[in-house]
Amino acid sequence: MSDTAVPIALKAKDFKSDQEVRWCPGCGDYAILAAVQSFLPELGIPKENICFVSGIGCSSRFPYYLTTYGMHSIHGRAPTIATGLATSRPDLSVWVVTGDGDALSIGGNHLIHALRRNVNLKILLFNNRIYGLTKGQYSPTSEIGKITKSTPMGSLDYPFNPLSLALGAEATFVARTIDSDRKHLTDVLRAAAEHEGSALVEIYQNCNIFNDGAFDLLKDADSRDDELIRLVDGEPIVFGAEGQHAVVRNAHGGLKIVPTDSVDASEIVTHDAHSSDTTTAFALTRLSDPETLHHTPIGVLRHVERPSYDRLMAEQMTIAAENGVGDLQSLLKGSDTWTID
Amino acid sequence: MPKETVQLDQVIIRFAGDSGDGMQLTGDRFTAETATFGNDLSTLPDFPAEIRAPAGTLPGVSAFQLHFADHDIMTPGDAPNVLVAMNPAALKANLKDLPRGGDLIVNTDEFTSRNLSKVGYADNPIEDGSLESYNVHPIALTSLTVQSLKDFDLTKKEAERAKNMFALGLLSWLYERPTDGTERFLHEKFERKPEILKANLAALQAGWNYGETTEDFSVRYEIKPAPLAEGTYRNISGNLALAYGLVAAGQQTKLPVYLGTYPITPASDILHELSKHKKFGVRTFQAEDEIAGIGAAIGASYGGSLGVTTTSGPGVALKSEAIGLAVALELPLIVVDVQRGGPSTGLPTKTEQADLLQAMFGRNGEAPVPIIAPQSPSDCFDAALEAARIATTYRTPVFLLSDGYLANGSEPWQVPNVSELPDLTVTFTTENNWTNEDGSTEFMPFARDPETLARPWAIPGTPGLEHRIGGIEKADITGHISYDPDNHDKMVRLRQAKVDGIAKTIPDLEVDDPTGDAKVLVIGWGSTFGPIGAACRLVRDGGGKVAQAHLRHLNPFPANTGDILKRYDRVIVPEMNLGQLCMLLRAKFLVDAISYNQVRGMPFKSHELEAVIKDVISNV
Ligand SMILES: Cc1ncc(C[n+]2csc(CCOP(=O)(O)OP(=O)(O)O)c2C)c(N)n1
Ligand code: SF4
Ligand SMILES: [Mg+2]
Repeated sequence: MSDTAVPIALKAKDFKSDQEVRWCPGCGDYAILAAVQSFLPELGIPKENICFVSGIGCSSRFPYYLTTYGMHSIHGRAPTIATGLATSRPDLSVWVVTGDGDALSIGGNHLIHALRRNVNLKILLFNNRIYGLTKGQYSPTSEIGKITKSTPMGSLDYPFNPLSLALGAEATFVARTIDSDRKHLTDVLRAAAEHEGSALVEIYQNCNIFNDGAFDLLKDADSRDDELIRLVDGEPIVFGAEGQHAVVRNAHGGLKIVPTDSVDASEIVTHDAHSSDTTTAFALTRLSDPETLHHTPIGVLRHVERPSYDRLMAEQMTIAAENGVGDLQSLLKGSDTWTID
Repeated sequence: MPKETVQLDQVIIRFAGDSGDGMQLTGDRFTAETATFGNDLSTLPDFPAEIRAPAGTLPGVSAFQLHFADHDIMTPGDAPNVLVAMNPAALKANLKDLPRGGDLIVNTDEFTSRNLSKVGYADNPIEDGSLESYNVHPIALTSLTVQSLKDFDLTKKEAERAKNMFALGLLSWLYERPTDGTERFLHEKFERKPEILKANLAALQAGWNYGETTEDFSVRYEIKPAPLAEGTYRNISGNLALAYGLVAAGQQTKLPVYLGTYPITPASDILHELSKHKKFGVRTFQAEDEIAGIGAAIGASYGGSLGVTTTSGPGVALKSEAIGLAVALELPLIVVDVQRGGPSTGLPTKTEQADLLQAMFGRNGEAPVPIIAPQSPSDCFDAALEAARIATTYRTPVFLLSDGYLANGSEPWQVPNVSELPDLTVTFTTENNWTNEDGSTEFMPFARDPETLARPWAIPGTPGLEHRIGGIEKADITGHISYDPDNHDKMVRLRQAKVDGIAKTIPDLEVDDPTGDAKVLVIGWGSTFGPIGAACRLVRDGGGKVAQAHLRHLNPFPANTGDILKRYDRVIVPEMNLGQLCMLLRAKFLVDAISYNQVRGMPFKSHELEAVIKDVISNV
């Protein structure tokens, strides 16, 4: 046991494990790892009470590079393992690290059920729009027509928008951020950590080997201001270097983008992550172009309160034991016995 | 005038009717009455997978067979002495099993031309003489029930529904069964429906009175209580015993039990039962599928619970990858497979033991998993405790192979004294477990206990022991990722040696050979214990010599298994599969064992096995 009994004053380096990081040089995963390592001390939680559970994929190697408890499990199943851990150990802070293939292809079923249950999990979905570990096949978030090793004539399937999916799955916390924006990434992690229940954080992550530049439109200095919609809770949704684009309602109940000076200020939608109605949050996710990611909102889209599954399960356990814990002998005996003597 | 009472030493009754007739309930209640009376007993519910197949059709027939006796018995019986047929479909489906001269109680009200034609009877068998060789008791059960309830505020349908209680009352009279347990049961069941309660009680009484007054039954039967060992008894089914065994395992290990599961016949009742026992610290999680069920159980085990997952064969198939993960993680886990007929959906409500090789080998890579199989319904309790002992001591997933016959069948169970249950207390690792040359200490997640080869179980929340585990191969001792060829070879062998080493802690295989000089051994596993045992008795009653052994541990086998097999000229292995144990025994011990198989969804009939054994004996 460590002899440093912790009143916590941990630093980023305290969360860096001695394992050699084996991602490709230049991979976006490095930036996310560094951001998480420097964010974790902020949680104020002793290391031993934090656990990272991952599936399989490049991104899922994440737990090995941290000094918390961790499990690198099997492809797509991390939410299930994390659910068992979180619901049996509400004292822990449980994080899931997953990729676009891991979470949305093989593990899609588990993801949606974890979200609807609102298990107390912080799910970090590293979306590089490609299968990295298996060397570059298209993924459920790849754009249609993607030429990869497995799709020489272009992929045929329409991609998921992970945030639309999460909202449809009754998620209580839904956010998106980008590997290269350390400050935004950290702010979103902080908001997710403070949320009780499932938090889905989609992180756009560059795979410089198999899908390099997938998010350049959103990152390049000359395009990003006009392409990224940075959501700020309680603020009117405007973007562009001069705030020249604004989000307003369209005639069909959805949203559209117009020049800010073409509308009255009162028409501009004010972002409300806490709205109990998912309609606007959903419409926000639909603003982005599924192929190019043109007009992509980032930030916290939805953040509402609903009792977590863990809490509800713990409450039932407490209620059941209200009149005393179980007596095994009387359970085994039951009510219909006979005696032979 | 009181009727004459005839003494019998045993009776086998089969209740058969439409799925909606309440035959399982009637059988259960008659069983409970019989248990309270003190007979030894064994039951075989046999029902269709459809909840309500079309009324009156052959696929809709649901049956319940009960064997009870004044001595100890091992099976629900090969063929009934008494068949209660509530409709023509039930008669048609079951008559072939009733020996000539057997008692046949039929509900004449249901033998209408419409119902008869539904199952292809051109004429009414009750009237056309085709049942001449049976002892037929035609009774208008439905109309007698309705008539006895005419003073109640009930619809005709509601009144008709009580006919199973009338039948139960009549049979309770016929076999002198006490009915107070059933009355109590009805009070609980219909607490909030006083009119229905009164009607059911009245129908039960009317059935009893009918027996007393009708001239159709001239005698009553008495089956004296069986001389069981001293103690307190109850009747218990395999699934209930298994659920109780898991609750007890939590208490004895002092770990919270966590069941992660997905409903599937015939395992769901274990989930239903465990969900009632939260005050024992038992958590139940109904997941989105089998994979999520086992995933949650593994996550809970990682966090320091006794992780359990329950399923049947198709669910095991889905869980295979996760079981392999648990092998690699070396965490405790109990995987309960209540086997049913396969492949695929197969026969959901019928029994089979064809998942042995799936449990043994159904994973990628070298992934050894200990396997234990209970041999009777009540033995499911002890098997669950044993599974927990192995899982926690050796930090390994363990298979518990029950089956549909054990799950739904029941027998008297001597209620164990809780103070005599094994102490399985688990201690987690909370300190560094490794000393370096310079005297400093460290935590090594894959440093093993020299005795058991188990690795430490250090749960999240333990300061200083933070570590990472995973399905990717780990370096011996440190647990770091390792692709080193020698390390992999070593780890594969270590995991195998750990499981093989369990044999040191399991009892030797025992042989039952009363004369001590039998030349033929019959060896089985799991739920065939009763039928094989009964068959051996029949052989011995006829002057034959046969030895019986039964395997409870299938991986690893008890240490003396090979020695025992080699002692006999011939070894017979009866199984409800195409020879899975036989294949393992032949491969491991080079014995020329004879496989005898049936996969009919039903337990072996002991007379059939008797003939097989005799045949082998005569050819030695
Ligand atoms: C059951 C199973 N099927 C397939 C694989 C192979 N596999 C490993 S990772 C992966 C896809 C990973 O893609 P993603 O989740 O996007 O992670 P990334 O590597 O891009 O971070 C696949 C198909 C596996 N490990 N297990
Ligand atoms: S393949 Fe792509 S995602 Fe994987 S480590 Fe390399 S750059 Fe990163
Ligand atoms: Mg990916």
